[in-house]
Amino acid sequence: MNGLINRAIQCFLRDGWGGAAWADAARAAGAPVAGFEPLLDYDPALTGRLVAAAAARLDRAPDCLLEDLGTYLVSHPSRAGVRRLLRFAGPDFREFLQTLEDLPARVRLALPDLVLPAMQLRQEGNLYLLRLGPGVPGIAPVAVGLLRAMADDYGALAVLSAGPEAADGSAEVTIRLLDEGFAAGRDFLLGRA
Amino acid sequence: MAGFVLDAAALSRLMPMHIAIDAAGRVLSAGPTLVRLLGTDPAGADFMGLFILRGAGTAPRVADLTRAARLHLVLRDRPEIAFRGQAVPMARGALVNLSFGIGVVEAVRAHGLTEADFAPTDLTVELLYLYEAKTAVLDELRALNRRLQGDKRLAEEKALTDALTGLGNRRALEMALEAAEGTAFALAVLDLDGFKAVNDTLGHAAGDHVLVTAARRLEEECRRDDVIVRAGGDEFILLMPGMDRESAAAERLERIIARLGEPIPWAGQVCRIGASAGVVLSGATPDPRADHLLAHADAALYAAKRAGKGQAVVWTKRLAGD
Repeated sequence: MNGLINRAIQCFLRDGWGGAAWADAARAAGAPVAGFEPLLDYDPALTGRLVAAAAARLDRAPDCLLEDLGTYLVSHPSRAGVRRLLRFAGPDFREFLQTLEDLPARVRLALPDLVLPAMQLRQEGNLYLLRLGPGVPGIAPVAVGLLRAMADDYGALAVLSAGPEAADGSAEVTIRLLDEGFAAGRDFLLGRA
Repeated sequence: MAGFVLDAAALSRLMPMHIAIDAAGRVLSAGPTLVRLLGTDPAGADFMGLFILRGAGTAPRVADLTRAARLHLVLRDRPEIAFRGQAVPMARGALVNLSFGIGVVEAVRAHGLTEADFAPTDLTVELLYLYEAKTAVLDELRALNRRLQGDKRLAEEKALTDALTGLGNRRALEMALEAAEGTAFALAVLDLDGFKAVNDTLGHAAGDHVLVTAARRLEEECRRDDVIVRAGGDEFILLMPGMDRESAAAERLERIIARLGEPIPWAGQVCRIGASAGVVLSGATPDPRADHLLAHADAALYAAKRAGKGQAVVWTKRLAGD
């Protein structure tokens, strides 16, 4: 099911920098320029090559690009489905954070082939430490961008950062929750109108 | 067993869709989600006046509620809202707990319900999550199928072979005719006689078998340079390069017709077909364009059919005058 991830990167590049930037990155990475099929499997090494090629083409650090990808997944209008599915996890940001450990199981329930790394959450007051297990290199910056956008979506104010990634791909994300009711947040109706 | 007391607020948190009734069926209290749905607090109202109990008699009693293992209810005023429920006896009356059952997705949408309307142990939110995830995956699958369907059609358009017989198709014929332009050749159109009867009496599988067998026999009867295509249905077209004599062309086709007329065994039965053919030499007309030649060959085939089938007719100017 890595087609879904590759496709997300494809849409991110296309929506953010246009079809030409996507086509350049795809060609450089040896990816199909016509695009990925979200429900098919591709060579696992392709995802990393694609990110590296896109970072080179856009002259950005790969981690910055991945962080923006995480934000894009939640906040871009064309990805509204992802944001909605994540919002089902809890009525406020604090509860959303508390259910992050369930996220891999939650994702597996919807898409059995989409494997996320194991997640462990430690809480010390308003400081949350999210330990991301091995297996998905680059996941920590994506998580930072995504969680920051989710905080925004819930109307919470939080400061996030990712620690260094270990050789096996595991990493720790730090979330400091400053103000739970900072802004109104975006509406979320359980039943889609 | 020792009893215990729950106040109404605690009960409402545990069961936001409960209704407590007294022995006479009067509503004592209702959970907040139910109050929201009804638009008014039903306290004091008659339970049986609010709900229709499916599968019960005209005047069900409180005892009927608590006896049933599972209740199926609809709102009397809005029968589109259905509930599944369970009732247990209380000291003086009964406690009924309701849920939306399978109609939950529509109910949440129609009434704008939120997480707060469900108990934290309730899996409704997970159900809604799954429903949306499933819908998204289905949409993707549908899109994938559409793209694959388009690719398939494109591939079929580009293909040169007929999928059933493995012979060339019309596209292959057009290319062969283009290549043969300016040279001497004969173009024959063959049509199976009695094919429809095989299809009608023995079925499409028999019909397909007949077409495949006819194709094999055509290939066996042809020379290496000949181009044979299935033009559609039971029509075959044969391009014979270098053929410049009417008598030789007619002889070839008579032999092919005889071969096609041999019985074809199929599933313990025998299919009998024949064939008719019309043929034209590229030198027979001053304007040997492909579409002209095909029209002439068709006219000759028509003459062969009219003359009693099972034969080949060579196109001459005389036919054009008919």
